[in-house]
Formats: sequence, structure tokens, C-alpha cells
Amino acid sequence: METLVNDLRRSFQTGKTMPYEWRVAQMEGILRLMNEREKEIMEALWTDLAKPRTEAYLHEISLSKAGCKFALKELKNWMKPEKVPSLIATFSSTAQIVPEPLGVVLVISAWNYPFALTIDPLIGAVAAGNAMVLKPSEVAPSTSAFFAKFLPQYVDTSCIQVVEGGVTETTELLEQKWDKIFYTGSGRVGRIVMAAAAKHLTPVALELGGKCPVVFDSDVNLKVAVKRMAIGKWGCNNGQACIAPDYIITTKSFAPKLVDALKETLKEFYGENPLESADLSRIVSSNHFRRLTDFLDEENIPEKIVHGGGRDEKHLKIAPTVLLDVPHDSLIMKDEIFGPLLPIITVEKLEDSFDLINSRPKPLAAYLFSKNKRLEEKFVQKVSAGGILINDVALHVANPHLPFGGVGESGTGAYHGKFSFDAFSHKKAVLSRGYATEMRIRARYPPYTHHKQIILRRVIDGSFIALFLGLFGLHRD
Amino acid sequence: MGVLGLESVVAEARTVFESGKTRSFEWRKSQLEALLRLLQEKEDEMCKVLKQDLGKHRVEAYRDEVGALKKTLDNALLNLKKWMSPEPVSLPLIAFPTVAEIVSEPLGVVLVFSSWNFPLGIALEPLIGAIASGNAAVLKPSELAPATSALLASEVPKYLDFEAIKVIQGGPQVAEQLLELKWDKIFFTGSARVGRIVMTAAAKHLTPVTLELGGKCPAIFDSLKSARDKKVAVERLAGGKWGSCLGQACIGIDYLLVEEKYAATLVELLKGVIKKFFSNSEHLARIVNKQHFQRLCDLLQDRSVAASIVHGGSVNPEKLFIEPTILLDPPLDAEIMTEEIFGPLLPIITLKKIEDSVEFIRARPKPLVIYGFTNDEKLRKRIVEETSSGCILFNDALIQYVCDTIPFGGVGQSGFGQYHGKFSFDNFSNRKPVARRSFILELSFRYPPWNAKKFQLIRHICRFDYFSFVLCLLGLKRHNYRSSVEVW
Repeated sequence: METLVNDLRRSFQTGKTMPYEWRVAQMEGILRLMNEREKEIMEALWTDLAKPRTEAYLHEISLSKAGCKFALKELKNWMKPEKVPSLIATFSSTAQIVPEPLGVVLVISAWNYPFALTIDPLIGAVAAGNAMVLKPSEVAPSTSAFFAKFLPQYVDTSCIQVVEGGVTETTELLEQKWDKIFYTGSGRVGRIVMAAAAKHLTPVALELGGKCPVVFDSDVNLKVAVKRMAIGKWGCNNGQACIAPDYIITTKSFAPKLVDALKETLKEFYGENPLESADLSRIVSSNHFRRLTDFLDEENIPEKIVHGGGRDEKHLKIAPTVLLDVPHDSLIMKDEIFGPLLPIITVEKLEDSFDLINSRPKPLAAYLFSKNKRLEEKFVQKVSAGGILINDVALHVANPHLPFGGVGESGTGAYHGKFSFDAFSHKKAVLSRGYATEMRIRARYPPYTHHKQIILRRVIDGSFIALFLGLFGLHRD
Repeated sequence: MGVLGLESVVAEARTVFESGKTRSFEWRKSQLEALLRLLQEKEDEMCKVLKQDLGKHRVEAYRDEVGALKKTLDNALLNLKKWMSPEPVSLPLIAFPTVAEIVSEPLGVVLVFSSWNFPLGIALEPLIGAIASGNAAVLKPSELAPATSALLASEVPKYLDFEAIKVIQGGPQVAEQLLELKWDKIFFTGSARVGRIVMTAAAKHLTPVTLELGGKCPAIFDSLKSARDKKVAVERLAGGKWGSCLGQACIGIDYLLVEEKYAATLVELLKGVIKKFFSNSEHLARIVNKQHFQRLCDLLQDRSVAASIVHGGSVNPEKLFIEPTILLDPPLDAEIMTEEIFGPLLPIITLKKIEDSVEFIRARPKPLVIYGFTNDEKLRKRIVEETSSGCILFNDALIQYVCDTIPFGGVGQSGFGQYHGKFSFDNFSNRKPVARRSFILELSFRYPPWNAKKFQLIRHICRFDYFSFVLCLLGLKRHNYRSSVEVW
């Protein structure tokens, strides 16, 4: 691994990743990869996750293509230095902020959107002019193999490398010195990544998860709201998505209506036998399957199931399942579910939900379905999350103008659009002065006479007039 | 204070934060105004403790710390409302009807560790950012500047909301105890060695950190045509080395790079400037303590290093003073050229041609700042494009510290995270995107069960091909997508 990183560093130091043309060539290569290899990508996603074709296209390929095209369109602007004003204390200077690549970066991606979560940071790293190693998730082996086989055919391999592997390889990678590590995955591994990065003082971006709550008001267009929520839950890798709704909070009085609407919508989407629907991803592995069934099989939980609960161990499928009023300290309410189980927690009045959410680790996203403007404002003010979406779910991921990232337990750092470029850049301040305006009095330097002191104070306090007077000795003590 | 004592102090800050008190514009404004009052009313005391801890002349203390902080506070008060307002975000047509903005919210309860060399400035600058962005904060000033630490501990609670803003004094043990608690952000200024410890501890709680570290900040001295420019440049150079805390500054000039044919002239000019400005040691700071004094003396112990001294070199252990010292071409593998000096010793390294300075700097860890005394556009371009540092300053030194419109922070071994001005505000904020949709427009093809037509509609929308989308919707376009992965 050390040789690999050294080679990449040498390539980076030749300066070849700096020019606009190189970065564009890489991104065009990535776009070509997505256009020419769409079939292989869909196949890999089907093998790894049984991801329905529409979902695979919509969430992984089309989003990644859009992100790439957006970067290609905007790159020239992003690379331009930003002129900023300088102030009287540094009078007669020009200032600008120049973005530069960090150097050699490591991108570790997750298994649930194995294609998009590798491509998105890759685009950001390349746009910002870095060399990099991509380590796709071994839990999605076909997609990982896809990258290892095909990506080298489309990009400059002297600067962009794919390393496959599991814990051993990842540990070895983490021991190397990187200029940035971008990690998508769990909080548990996020801690390991950050601790390893600390040894080299490497900055990190951690895109983690959390329990994304949905607060459901009774005053909504119920059919539309439930459909949007349902597609955000089960239409996103069957709930195995960091921004999928994890649990719902609604009022005791509204809950029955909500449950009925959910049942109806689920039937509409996935038919009478959801375990046989081709429009639902399967659970990624038997480990995760067991983790999820453990949630359902915990004591006192089975009786809370109001819909679904079916499972097919052989095919690693679990049907969309809705639970009502599980205990707040049950397993299913402790950890991030990351699956097709949806608990509904009821409260007396909706405002109580804010405290409930804030008493838990900060999630990646928090959602509210409501037409009540006041409630909306309070929600935005009081709930701390990576992102907030009102009256819809998950969509903000698709928007390159919005920063995507977590806070607290859900992570640190943001990306998408220009935020990706920034995530892999160092914003270097470049300040320039002339020699012409050096004051004869040399107030800056000792010995510090009384007069000098006055001038200096005037300059620092930023008062032009006082400074002017002071320079000419026209001052009062 | 024992661990439990610390825990309860921090818990109080958290309770206050969770009450929402620190979020209002009024609270933040009142705290910033209170800090300003503190600086105005206690200016004498502050200059006194800075003299005590570091021998700083009153002017230096005001210029570098008290006055600079006032400037920061004025700027923050002026811009606070603007910083706090949500930023509208433009969205593509396909997202219609969605409205989005980015809302800045405080992270929560933050921990600020400050260093000893600008014990007031480096403690309060980050604190100002933390307050402006609505956080509760705990400040642990450096124990190596004890008078300043004590002043902060006694005065800050008198002027500021002591329930939300805490000052905790102590050394490494207290720091360790603080690091075990859960914070929403840790802001650390200090050495790389301790920076690693801080980040490792933060990793346990996934706490984001900003590390303001150091490095060997080089100054490239190019030949300048005009005698006057040369004069001013050398003065600024000298000021950038000895004028602030006697070289004990993370952005202080560590060493010089100059073409060998100009070295002798430069040394003479520097000697002249030292005599003119720095002959009275009362107007210079002193070395902070015996340990650092010894460290610096040890740097000069090496025989070949001592032999390279061309000016100065005398030390005064009682006063903890080392006079401005110039060395000409000490060995590059001596500690004085491999470790950050943080003192009044100035090595001058000569090069065949000045352009070699770019390679020289690239071969070394990224510094906090690179100074370039040059008007040569080509050389400047090379410095900007071929080196990496936290900041670059041409034709002057240290002043980037007071410019609130540029970010201040390191890269690589000099750290990460930036502050000053709005960058301070952002450093302690969570920039939360908020998107609002209405129920008006609903597109049924978003939902399963999937079929070929829905898929085709989605493809058109994703390509922003509204025309084809409409045709397809009206049934006036065939969906002819074929794939071997046929799911329907």
C-alpha cells in the first residue's frame, strides 16, 4: 500500500492533476463509463442488492451522471480564485482565495448505493485536482469488482486507483498518510477512520447515518404525503439508505388514519405479496437480515406489528413492516434500522416530537409533513439535523445546490455540487501588498514612541479620519 | 477541580444551550458587546498580564491582541445579523415547486484550547466565533501563560453569561479530562503533537475538530530594484520575525531564502534594522519560560550551527531573553532547520537562484504561511501554483492575521479548519439545508409498480429533457429502452 500511495504522490507532485484539461478529461471519462457500461452497472447492482432497475437507474446512475455533468459545467467557475476585499488595517493590499487540491485522498464508500457513493466523491476529488484511491465496499462485491475492472479503462490510472478488499485492506490503507479521507458508512467505523487519520493530522469527512425521523401532522394531503414517505422509505433500497425515514412520530389521534393510508399505499406499490415484488431490493447480507429480524423478534415487539412482518430468509427478503407504539427503549428504536421496518411513535401533541428527536443523536435528515407554517418554522428552528425537508423525503440528495452531510453522530463535512469540490480543496488565502504606502513614521516598529502608539491605535481601530489626523500630528490625547 | 467537578460545569453549559438561550440574536449581541466592554475596561490589566507572561510591550500587546480583538468584535457585531440569516439557494426547474435555503445553526457546546504565545488573542478569537454562532463554550487557556489565564478566568464570568461561557484553568491533566467528555466541536491551537492527541480523543465521540498548528514558515527574499522598496521589505521582514512575541508566533517568519549573491547585503540591511528598531529589549517580548529558553539555546549548541551565526547569539537566562540572531546557511539537517524554531533565531538559507525556493519549500511539510518579498510576477505565480500553505502573503508579514475577509488556517501538517471573520462563524455552525415542497404538483411516475413507461419518463426528466417528457406523458413518444436486465 505504501508503494501505491508513494506512486500516487509522485504523480500528484508532477502537477499533472492541476490543469483544467486533466480534470475535465477524467470527468468525461467517468461520464463515458456510465454511458457505455450502464448494462454492467445495473447487473452489478442487481447482483449485489437485487435493486429494481428503475431505482438503480434513478438513484445511482442518473444522479451520478447529473452530478458529473454539473461539475463539468461549473468547474471553470469553481477553479477561479475569489477576490475579496481587504480592510484598512491592511490598507493597500489585494486579497483573494485560491482553491488548490489537498493532494492524495482516500475515498471509502458504502454498500447500499455502492455505485453512486463511490462516483460522487470521486467526481469531487477529481474536480478539485487530487490524486486518489477508491476503496469500494466489499459488502457489494460485484460493484466493487466493476470499479476495479472498468474504471481504469476510463481514467488516468497514474492518479486514480481502485483498491478492493475488506477489513484488512482498509486497515492497511488507513495506516498510510493521506491528505484527506472521505468515508461513507457507520458511526462505529467512522470513529476508527478518524482515529487513524489523527495520527497523520489528516482531515476527514464522515458521511454517517442516524435515525431519520418523520413528523407527520394530521393537516396534510394524506394520500400524497404517505406516498412520498413510502417511496422514500421502501423505494430507497428497501429502507437501507442513510436518508430513508427511520421512524415516524405522529399524534395518538392521527395514528390509525396514518396506518390505514400506509397499508393502502404499500398494497398499491408492492401488491398483495410484497416478498415477491420485483420492485423491492433485498437485504444485502444474511448478517443484516438477522440484525433486522432480531428487531422484530425482540420481546413485546411482535404484537406491535400492524402491517407486514413477512420474511424470506432464503432470498434475504423482508416485507415492508409497520409497527405502532414500540417502547422507546426497544432495540428497533435504539439503533439505526436501515431496513424495511417502520415504527410509528405516538405523542399527545406534535410539538412533543421536537424534544423526542433532540433527545437522540442528531440524524442525517429530519422530515416534517405539515401545512402548518408555524409548526414548520419551529421544526426548522428546533431540530438539528444534517438536512431538513418539509413535505417530502430524501429528495434533497438530488440537488447539487444543497450541501449534503451530517452533524454530530451523523457525521461531519458536506458534499454534492460545489460542496464536493470544496470538500477536497484547500482554500488558500493570497494577500498582496505594495511598498508604496509605508508610513514614514514607521508606527509598526519599536521603539514605540507615544506618537507611534496613537497612529497604531487609529489604524487598528479602523477609523480613517482619526488616522488621517493622527498622521499629521493633529490629535488629542 | 476533579473530573466530576468538570463534568458538572460542562453539563451546566449543555443545559443552558438546550434551553435555547444562546440562539437568539439578542443574546449573541449582548455577549459580544460585553466582551468589547471587557477589552475596553480591562485594557490596562490585559497589557499588564501580557507583560508578565511574555514581556510584551504595551504597544505589541495592544496591536497584536487587544486591538485586534476589538476589530474582530466590531466586525462581528456589524455583520452578525447578516451571518445569521438563511442563505437562499437556487434550484433547477425540475425541483419546482421547491424552495430551499441554508440555515446556520450552532453546533452546541464547544471546547476551545488556546496557546500561550498570544494567550489573550488566541483564546478569545475562537470564542468570538463560537458566541456569534450561538454556541455555549468552554475555554481552557494555556497554563504556560498563567497571568493571562487567571485574568480570563476571573473577568470573563463577570462580563459574560457565566452559565453558558466557562473558563477552566489547568494543565495537561485538566485538558485530558476535558477531552474525555463529549463536545460538539473542539477548536485547538497549539503543537502538532498535542493536536494528534486532541483529534484522537475527539474521534471517540465523532467530534469535529479544527487544528491550528504551526510549521516552519519561510520568507522568500527576492532582489528588489528600488532601494526604498528594499528598505521597507527588510523592515517588514524584521518585524515579521522579531516584532511579534520575539519570533514565538505560528505565523512568524521561521527562516529566509535568498539568492547567495544578495545574502551579504541582506545581512547588513537586517543588522541595520535590528539596531534601529530592536536594540532596546524592553520593546521586545521575552521567551515564555525556561523550558523553551533551553530548547532555543540547545538549537545553537550544534557546533556548525553556532559557527553560522553572523549576528547576535547572546542569551540572558535571568531575563529569559535571546537577542535577535541571524545565522547564515546552518546545516539543513540540524534541528534548527528541521523543527519549527519559535524564537528569535533567523536562519538565512542561500540558493543559487531564487526560483529554487519553490522546490525547497515543496520538499518540506506545508507551512501555515509562505511569505514572498518579490514583485516578480513569474515568481509569484510559481509560488501560488506550485507550493501549498495555509496562506501566502506577498511583500509583508503577519498582517494576514488582522484581515477578516480571508480565511486563517493551515493545511497538511499546519492543521485544518479556518477562522477569522465569517469563517469563525461558519467554523462553529452547522449549515443545515432546508427544502420545502408543497403538495400541489404530484408526479405519479415517481412511484412503483415500475413499468417501462414510467422508467422512460424518469429517464427524460433526469436528462432535463422536458420536451420528450411531455411527449411521452401524452403517449406521443415510444418507450424503446431495452436492457438485458429485464425485470418486468
